[in-house]
Amino acid sequence: MTYIPHSPKERDAMLATIGIKTLDELFKDIPAKFRFPDLDLPPALTEMEAAAELAGYAGANETTQSFVSFLGAGVYNHYIPAAIDHILKRGEFYTAYTPYQPEISQGTLQAIFEYQSLMTLITGMEVSNASHYDGATAVAEAVNMAYAHFRGKRTKMVISPTVNPQYRATLRTYTQGMGLTLVGDDAHANLDGGPEIIEKLIDEDTALVIVQYPDYFGCIYDYTQLAESAHAAGALFCVAANPTALAILKTPGEMGSDIVVGEGQPLGIPMSFGGPYLGFFTTRKKYIHKMAGRLVGETVDNRGQRAYVLTLTAREQHIKRERSTSNICSNQGLMALASAVYLSLLGQTGFRQVAELCYHKAHYAADQINKLKGYNLCFDTPFFHEFSVCCPKPVAEINAHLLEHGIMGGYDLGQDYPALKDHMLIAVTEMNTREEIDLLVEILEEISHD
Amino acid sequence: MNIPTNLKYSKTDEWFDPTTGAMGLTDYAQEQLSDIVFVEILLSVGDVIQAGQPAASVESVKAAAETYTPIGGEVSAVNDSLADSPEVLNSDPFGAGWMVKIKGEDTSGLMDAAAYEKYCSERNH
Repeated sequence: MTYIPHSPKERDAMLATIGIKTLDELFKDIPAKFRFPDLDLPPALTEMEAAAELAGYAGANETTQSFVSFLGAGVYNHYIPAAIDHILKRGEFYTAYTPYQPEISQGTLQAIFEYQSLMTLITGMEVSNASHYDGATAVAEAVNMAYAHFRGKRTKMVISPTVNPQYRATLRTYTQGMGLTLVGDDAHANLDGGPEIIEKLIDEDTALVIVQYPDYFGCIYDYTQLAESAHAAGALFCVAANPTALAILKTPGEMGSDIVVGEGQPLGIPMSFGGPYLGFFTTRKKYIHKMAGRLVGETVDNRGQRAYVLTLTAREQHIKRERSTSNICSNQGLMALASAVYLSLLGQTGFRQVAELCYHKAHYAADQINKLKGYNLCFDTPFFHEFSVCCPKPVAEINAHLLEHGIMGGYDLGQDYPALKDHMLIAVTEMNTREEIDLLVEILEEISHD
Repeated sequence: MNIPTNLKYSKTDEWFDPTTGAMGLTDYAQEQLSDIVFVEILLSVGDVIQAGQPAASVESVKAAAETYTPIGGEVSAVNDSLADSPEVLNSDPFGAGWMVKIKGEDTSGLMDAAAYEKYCSERNH
């Protein structure tokens, strides 16, 4: 089967129209020696050979299928109900591009609408867009929105050093050349001072204050007071939140946030070596016209039936051009659908159960590790399912040892924070059994004696 | 189409009232845009402006447009109520739909009602 839709006759007609005889004539301006370069490709493989070769590459990966994992740092190992994949792969949904025409896309549009509704519920906010690429880009879009909100008159963005280092790196990339000042983005800063440290950085030129919840080290702070301080200075307040944690914690909406963003990967999306993930973005209704991205709304058609359409599109870049908030309006349609299916399958009770399991297992693990000689919890702040541990040996050394026992250890915080050399960030989810946690503790103890 | 004779008009479809200093979007413009769902005034009281500067950003169900200052001068008032009721730009463009008031004298770059009517009818062809 050929994927080229034009018949030879149609091609001849087109060539005649532009006044040439053969397709090759179109390329005559390209020097002959560059036209068909030798690509030096290996001989073609049969499907069977290709499948075997690819399986070989895949087999070289170490995954959570065969290893116990205590690695988190922004991406979390949760159980993914089997039904999600089956729904994603239905022909009506499984497409690389989102068909937005309401006449033919009611299913896709409704799925996005349901996703948006679920995101506003878990964040405690009023409006959600149709999603961004990942948590990092969602944070960057929050900055774009704040910048647009103040029409460029406020140029300072305060970001806590306890926001995921990758989010901060993405933010630096996004804001290049915008004339913004990022304040607080300092890996050498005081990391356990809590919101008070950030509060001191806010002034009358501050457009946005960004914190993470729970923060990168797993710590939970109530940001209500910080949100008030941001508002008192006229600034907007943004929380980058872990969605699973929101099942049991006070929502950022209740704290007075103007924008709540985050990484949606924990909601039924595989870790997959970095992506595709899902950036969720929610805000208050009053900021809806400055929100980046797509937005699906519910309405009625000309027969009075419930229908879904892209709404307020005039704020988007294809109409508003350079005056729009962002030049990205792609969403992660399939991943947004995965998270909507995930939350629907779990329901409010199931979602809460997942969060409670994470919480209790992580606290059991933290207690056991804290009892070990040489290991200490770094912060005495409440935490959710992730915590930072000061170790008696370099983290890389400990992790190499753990790997020999089939365990992926925690994240080496010294990579991003020089002051946290020999500090490990350990994540525990519902996937970790008590036996696995006990094994981790046992091996950690063993290592400290070596 | 309504074109009040006491007002002056710009080529970018704004009206200006020389007696009150108010400016806004013409009936012709609101009709072209259709249902207006959002308006953001880009000026503040006290701003010293020149003619042709962005005054407001307007979004309708099908388009986004910028409104420009018809004359130069100093902004003396801003219609804050528009943000909550952008639809008055459609229903009452010359009344409740005023956007800002400008203290300024030089209306030489503007058309009178007759010239503006001719200008609009020419564009309809």
